[in-house]
Amino acid sequence: MTTVLGRAGLWLAVLFLAIMAAAGAADRNFSIHMAIVATAAFIAMCATVSGADYAAIARGFLKMPDEGRYDDDPIRWGVIATVFWGMAGFAAGLFIALQLTWPVLNLEPYLNFGRVRPLHTSAVIFAFGGNALIATSYYVVQRTCRARLAFPGLARFVFWGYQLFIVLAATGYLLGSTQGKEYAEPEWYVDWWLTIVWVCYLAVFVGTVVKRSEPHIYVANWFYLAFIITVAMLHVVNNLDVPVSLLGSKSYPLFGGVQGALVQWWYGHNAVGFFLTAGFLAMMYYFVPKQAERPIYSYRLSIIHFWSLIFLYIWAGPHHLHYTALPDWAQTLGMVFSIMLWMPSWGGMINGLMTLNGAWDKVRTDPIIRMMVMALAFYGMSTFEGPMMSVKSVNSLSHYTDWTIGHVHSGALGWNGMITFGALYYLVPRLWGRERLYSLRMVNWHFWLATVGIVFYAASMWVAGITQGLMWREYGADGYLVNSFADSVAALHPMYMLRAFGGLLYLSGAVVMVVNVWATILGKRREEAPMRDAAFDPTRDRPIVQVPAAAE
Amino acid sequence: MADRKIDEATQTETVGHEWDGIEELNTPLPRWWLWTFYATIVFALGYVIAYPALPGISHASEGMLGWSSRKQLDHELQAAEAARAGLRAQIAATPLEQLPGKPALMRAAVAGGAAAFKVNCVQCHGAGAAGSKGFPNLNDDDWLWGGDLRTIEQTLIHGIRQPGDDQTRMSQMPNFGSDALLTPAQIQDVASYVLVLARKEHPGASSGRGKDVFATNCVVCHGSDGKGSRQFGAPNLTDAIWLDGSSRDEVVAQISHPHMGVMPAWGTRLDPVTIKMLAAYVHSLGGGEAFAAPEQPREP
Repeated sequence: MTTVLGRAGLWLAVLFLAIMAAAGAADRNFSIHMAIVATAAFIAMCATVSGADYAAIARGFLKMPDEGRYDDDPIRWGVIATVFWGMAGFAAGLFIALQLTWPVLNLEPYLNFGRVRPLHTSAVIFAFGGNALIATSYYVVQRTCRARLAFPGLARFVFWGYQLFIVLAATGYLLGSTQGKEYAEPEWYVDWWLTIVWVCYLAVFVGTVVKRSEPHIYVANWFYLAFIITVAMLHVVNNLDVPVSLLGSKSYPLFGGVQGALVQWWYGHNAVGFFLTAGFLAMMYYFVPKQAERPIYSYRLSIIHFWSLIFLYIWAGPHHLHYTALPDWAQTLGMVFSIMLWMPSWGGMINGLMTLNGAWDKVRTDPIIRMMVMALAFYGMSTFEGPMMSVKSVNSLSHYTDWTIGHVHSGALGWNGMITFGALYYLVPRLWGRERLYSLRMVNWHFWLATVGIVFYAASMWVAGITQGLMWREYGADGYLVNSFADSVAALHPMYMLRAFGGLLYLSGAVVMVVNVWATILGKRREEAPMRDAAFDPTRDRPIVQVPAAAE
Repeated sequence: MADRKIDEATQTETVGHEWDGIEELNTPLPRWWLWTFYATIVFALGYVIAYPALPGISHASEGMLGWSSRKQLDHELQAAEAARAGLRAQIAATPLEQLPGKPALMRAAVAGGAAAFKVNCVQCHGAGAAGSKGFPNLNDDDWLWGGDLRTIEQTLIHGIRQPGDDQTRMSQMPNFGSDALLTPAQIQDVASYVLVLARKEHPGASSGRGKDVFATNCVVCHGSDGKGSRQFGAPNLTDAIWLDGSSRDEVVAQISHPHMGVMPAWGTRLDPVTIKMLAAYVHSLGGGEAFAAPEQPREP
């Protein structure tokens, strides 16, 4: 009883504080955000009170969870949230691709490119990717530790607290609240909230690892732990800033000038490294061997590539600041660490792909495995492309061009998207106790729509990026610049149309996934022919036995 | 180690652990992987020795090659400077009046001006110099301040309505509406007259009244025939070229509270040769005029 009262009282206090902050806010955006926080606190309070089992409290004990089962509720919510935010993020991406193609689609002020672009990046990285990581980490850590989640209440708080972070970040962008740091746009109070949520996440994860029943910690959990700890460090350091007012949304960063840029790209690059690489490698290390039903290719490779990846990634950020005010020595180190990162990155691809040794036929018969293999292929491609683009002479052409956008998306759509889709297709029937997915053929459709979409996206952006880079540096025989910036913008129009088309295909694939996941959760099963490559008639599948002539 | 076994498909030993059914093989590191990793490390070490890399207390190691990005930039700028130096010296030594008489030099000046235009001028005048509402089109022969080389150069150096430049081109059309110099009805009438001057509307009672308003208020700058005056930068109102729009609403707005554009004084930002080349480029766009006096004979 005291626990319920205590929790409800806590939420009531948050509710009152938020209402007071909303009333006394220094600006409109802070006021709106505090109203959102108040609403969330109110809902949390109601849920705490109504969710309490009064009969059990009256009898003097709290409802005990079933210790014989894994704690899968927050994972089910996480799967739904992943699909939901994925759709939002992909749709926002298509919208801004169309805005770049036809600028008339910039709807001022709330839906102009400048505000929707961070909405897109945060929705796909932090909302879609983040929910996928939290949900799968809860799933994987329980299974591979043979233990229920530690701190179940905290685990639920992490899920809902993270959703509140997403809502505050997204509404903030549209209202015009931003610190102007790429991938770290939310203002100070949203950062503080995320820090609280993230520390709780770390507690739940480490707590579960600590109470494990297995003697060893599985490699996926090393990657999850590296992801959680490093993201906490990156987030805190890059968001060190001073609020103008404790009741206002504006703040100023502690680091300025080139130091600020270096901290920002130390953060930005490792958001890629530890959020989108290490975290998703953790997913790969569980779901690929499970789906392929094969052992991991090499334990030794997983150790070496884990530690080399963790050690090298953190230094590579300065390659985002080649040929800027950043001192040459820091640029050099950023470049050489990026080059040394090539093989450690590929270690994950090798370990994933070679795990299929002995089960390669599944690429033909199982569209989920096909998705995972394609994810690893795109992972390998973009982790080669990355070190290559960090080479200064390549970077002098590629920097500031759409090549970077193409590179990011072959990683994001190909690697992060595909491995997440594969994991979702693995999880949904198991989490909801269904015998199989609604439709495997729809997974196949999703695979092809997404793959062709990525090809359109990446190819058009390579062409666009190299076109831009060459046009910007083109000098005539007389020694003068040939093109104005606007000339290069005009030249990209057809490429931008192709890119938007690729995005449309990718989004269409995701719509197919929504239908499939939804129908699976509802327990439906589509009547469909099994996926096989050639006809097979069991009645004819036997030797011809010579009937001896009748003895006479 | 517990429970090592041999995986049937690959004939490789497992390491003996198992998590939720997942086992791991004890495959050694792929040789090519390891050696490529070593190779990238060796390359990195070599690069660190060759280039500035290791920070100290007050400065960083300079690298065996002595390279720095600033030196590279200086070299490239100097090389470009040197390549253009001859032409620039010739252009600098040639008075603007004589430039059209030297076709090769004029071509070089136009090329250099086009490059400078792409960097400095397209933001307002557009990539094709066609301008937009409020920003003059430089391709036509309708000049507000004059279109010979010397006049264009003067406009470039001192700008238009540039605060703090006492030689800037200056004119200020009165706010006939917002300062209540004319009544709204008078403004409608004079707008009618202006639209009749431009042959966009037929004469009527309103334009008849507007003609008188025009004669009292506008002829000082725009002239009795409405053809404008370069002395005041007053536009010709009888042609089909409109800086701020030709609809009745736009004309009324321009009379009531005129939009007066500002062009920076480029003399404080660009060197004289670049300005000369810009003048040549703008002059070459199609509307360039010969010098008023003395006339310069052009070479065929």
